[in-house]
Amino acid sequence: MAGTLAAATRRVLGSRRRGDRSGSVPSNDPADAALVADLVEAIGADRVRADAAARYLASRDASIYREGNAGPVCYPGSTDDVAACVRVANRHGRAVSPRGAGTGLAGGAAPLGRPVVLSMTRMDELVEIDFDNGVAWVQPGVVNLDLTRALAPHGVHYAPDPSSQAACTIGGNVANNSGGPHCLAYGVTSAHVVAIEVVLSDASVVTLGDLSAEPAGYDLRGAFVGSEGMCGIATKVAVRLTRNPPAVRTMLLCFSDVSDAAATVSAIIAAGIVPAAIEMLDQRCVIAVEDFAQAGYPRDAAAVLLVEVDGASGGVEIAAARVAEIAERNQAMSVRTAADDDERARLWKGRKSAFGAVANVMPDYYLHDTVVPRTRLVEVLESIYEIVDRHDLIVLNVFHAGDGNLHPILAYDSREPGADERVHAAGREIIEMSLDMGGALTGEHGVGVEKRDHMHRMFSAVDLDQQSRLRASFDPYCRMNPGKVLPSAHSCSDIGSLRASDAAGVWG
Amino acid sequence: MTADFDEALIAFAAEVGPDGPVCVRGGGTRWRLGGEAAPGTRQVQAPAGVVAFEPAEMTVRVRAGTPVAELHRELAAGGQRTALPERDGGTVGGALMAGESSIARLGLGPVREALLQARYVCADGQLATAGAATVKNVSGFDVCRLLVGSLGTLGLVGEVLLRTVPVGETERWVRLAGADAGTARSCHTAASVLWDGADVWALLSGYEVDVEEDLSRLGPCEEVDGPPELPPHRWSCTPAEAAAFAARNGAAGRFVAEIGVGIVHAAEPQPPRTVEPGAAELNRRFKARFDPAGRLNPGRDPLQKP
Repeated sequence: MAGTLAAATRRVLGSRRRGDRSGSVPSNDPADAALVADLVEAIGADRVRADAAARYLASRDASIYREGNAGPVCYPGSTDDVAACVRVANRHGRAVSPRGAGTGLAGGAAPLGRPVVLSMTRMDELVEIDFDNGVAWVQPGVVNLDLTRALAPHGVHYAPDPSSQAACTIGGNVANNSGGPHCLAYGVTSAHVVAIEVVLSDASVVTLGDLSAEPAGYDLRGAFVGSEGMCGIATKVAVRLTRNPPAVRTMLLCFSDVSDAAATVSAIIAAGIVPAAIEMLDQRCVIAVEDFAQAGYPRDAAAVLLVEVDGASGGVEIAAARVAEIAERNQAMSVRTAADDDERARLWKGRKSAFGAVANVMPDYYLHDTVVPRTRLVEVLESIYEIVDRHDLIVLNVFHAGDGNLHPILAYDSREPGADERVHAAGREIIEMSLDMGGALTGEHGVGVEKRDHMHRMFSAVDLDQQSRLRASFDPYCRMNPGKVLPSAHSCSDIGSLRASDAAGVWG
Repeated sequence: MTADFDEALIAFAAEVGPDGPVCVRGGGTRWRLGGEAAPGTRQVQAPAGVVAFEPAEMTVRVRAGTPVAELHRELAAGGQRTALPERDGGTVGGALMAGESSIARLGLGPVREALLQARYVCADGQLATAGAATVKNVSGFDVCRLLVGSLGTLGLVGEVLLRTVPVGETERWVRLAGADAGTARSCHTAASVLWDGADVWALLSGYEVDVEEDLSRLGPCEEVDGPPELPPHRWSCTPAEAAAFAARNGAAGRFVAEIGVGIVHAAEPQPPRTVEPGAAELNRRFKARFDPAGRLNPGRDPLQKP
């Protein structure tokens, strides 16, 4: 989701023009010839590419970060292939960066320092569904939605459902500890990954966690999930199967005041109801969505809440009635309950098409991701509007209100002089405001390079040192996806590894 | 950034100090799990007390030395609880460091999902914070996950922010003589399904109407006060192994298996589990990185947990 097609094309052409001028992206970098030859010998010519097009595609993710720089790109087909690539990279003193579908929004999959890139998308087999243990073993390249579709006939599903679920892979979800609307009740990726086979930076293969209730030793599986490709490469994942709820009720609650909507969120949680999802869209987003997808949201609402409750049918009735009552007590303009699956799908279509709808507003957007205490949504939204107004930008808010996970979309036109700078300045202020409210830097998109240099705003030097110990326990030489997450003062070896491989690279 | 550590935490860190072998004692309910504290180890206690309960956030900030039962009494006022098991005198810190789930894990989730933020003393005596004060967070590496079940060998937890969950409108234990555990497991409100090779016990938790519906699905059953008496040793098996436990490990009545979870309470201790060499090596590396001098809870090792 990198803005509009036009914007994406412009970026491609822009970069190519720059590339031609400097001549820095030859189709086959002679300096890499020996490395490429060894990779080809290890996993076969059809699984290695070193041409400019392949490297360009592997140099970016869906974030606006454009400084990624891929070395040779490998497309392993097995765990052995992955280990072989890591061995070759080690021999050549090169780092390794894994990537899934590249839908990440924080630059986590943007390779730094011309590492060997491992594109995991060809390892896309659903290996085994183990009903007795309530898990499915999948390869990392399996697409999130494909997994849920494959499980559908069995009455179970894979719970984390990021907005990019039609494209993003399970391996990428593991790397980012991805969330999604339904994580409010069901938990993020970490709660749904039981065991992971990984290739470590020394090319050894180890399984973290197992299918037992409480695996022996430290929770290495838990430490690995969300490590953004910096601890190793997942080659097989055991994901938990979640039973489909017997009943689901989807409701659209509309408000003439944003603060009433926010108060409704807090009141629902305080009433002991944990809906499967509580999503909020503000007026500008509602209008954009209606122009784009005609989901039937009222254009005059200052905010709408999409609330879904699920469970056994009797309890769902009760919970839905209580949610409606709470909304009405908080001056809801209207409360609409989807009568059938079609209407339910239409209500969700509005939410799910929000990012596409932005294209009708402005050619570019920057999607933020912070978390705030869910009881402070009103203050937080007011602050966001104030910050964005001050920087003369447009903001659309569509987010996981139930767990306080904000996603302000700053819409802009990058052709306007100074627009990029204003977007970044506003983004920084939103991050700082969220932290000042007692929040977190990122709720589901990850740190990557985007928020790396904000980490010290949330964590002390001691905290960051502890985190770097976690990373170094897996990867003592910092050869896995270096340069991400930890600010440079806490990842000295990363800088060493990047400099060794690419003197004129990102740090140059 | 400077964290706002309160006086209790600062005093705890001072007591732990920067050197010398040290262990934390909670309620002592799992005191020998993963080995015994090495002789000569100084014993300290974590501070106690509930700091802040936020029902509308579904979180509670609590000091590690607080008994879980006491915490749950306070949370009950807001209709909530945590996933931590209540043992006789067992503390919040102890429950987190043992990492053993409650018998109602099907309903409450595993202990590791409960920890949102930890303030703990590192091996060098400094205070650190892991995680965030929000219910959702992926900012950086997940040190919280690593601490749960670590037996205090990586850091000594002083204060935590826990996720709370609503207490069901109705909670009822029932016993089904000679029943098939699968039927109970298929009940939507089942927060615990236990099987001793002959009979099934189920804890149904949720809305009254849903519990009633599940009861009618289960057929004839006897309402009971709670779970059966659990044999002393706790095995960690896969759900499939737990369901087949009777066939492999002896007679009915000598064990109680948690169906759908994999924990089995048995008369005999679990034989040592095989850990693949690569995983064992990683465990050693974590300990060496986080506690280079080996001063935190020496003698205890999560790999040796049954």
